[in-house]
Amino acid sequence: MPLIFSILAGVIFGAGLTLSDMVNPARVLNFLDVAGSWDPTLIFVMAGGLAVTTLGYRLVFRRGSPVFGDKFNLQTQRQIDLPLVGGAALFGVGWGLAGICPGPALADLATLEPKVLLFVAAMLVGMIVASAWRDRMWTATEVNSDL
Amino acid sequence: MTNFAPVSGLVGGALVGLSAVILMLTIGRIAGVSGIVLNAMTSSDAAGRSWRLAFVLGLPLGALLVTAVGLKDWSSISFPATMPTTVIAGFIVGVGSTFGLGCTSGHGICGLARFSMRSVAATVTFIATAAATVFVIRHMI
Repeated sequence: MPLIFSILAGVIFGAGLTLSDMVNPARVLNFLDVAGSWDPTLIFVMAGGLAVTTLGYRLVFRRGSPVFGDKFNLQTQRQIDLPLVGGAALFGVGWGLAGICPGPALADLATLEPKVLLFVAAMLVGMIVASAWRDRMWTATEVNSDL
Repeated sequence: MTNFAPVSGLVGGALVGLSAVILMLTIGRIAGVSGIVLNAMTSSDAAGRSWRLAFVLGLPLGALLVTAVGLKDWSSISFPATMPTTVIAGFIVGVGSTFGLGCTSGHGICGLARFSMRSVAATVTFIATAAATVFVIRHMI
């Protein structure tokens, strides 16, 4: 039963990225090009997403637990550390190079565009390499979360 | 050139938010795509992999759905980066999101929505380095 909701969430997420044109790297790059052909659409996408999620989470967290499960899985770490900031900085460089981040990359698989297939393949390799590396560096740290 | 589209942006963004709320309400999970993809491959238990694979499969299906009802024309999409740059970008995005424990969705939407200071730091950082990268490519090289 919960699987239906996972796929539903994925479908709605993909539909939202497509409708807002975040699946279009040209638009994302124009948002990032503040000194050139700036396109502020992405701000509205974030505003719409944050409005619904902030309010929705507030309502959901009034429940003690999710409908199918015993607890909400949330990141408990509070510290702003080097892996967080360094990883985010690196992530931004990759995002700026092609205008593609993980959600839109997967939604764009629907286009069967060779660049998307290669981007996703390279991303998966990068994730596996980095997680193996991270596990070796912080074997004692509990790595939770789908953040 | 892309034309500023605030309304479809807001509506599409709200759908992304709705997805995040559904995932938290039903199974208590953050809708962070990079973590979901990584753990779909590496999670040690079958249940942990299956809900993530279902979510990942839904993403292109959602894109196809919007196209099928005529709200999207794929020909309007363009991928300006060259093939080699795209591959390098994919690898860097994979490494960065794994170390930073999140991407635009996990930090930029879910994390900010619950006022996580880690997500604020990550979001400010990746938007800054992404804008700097685009500035270097478009205006300096």
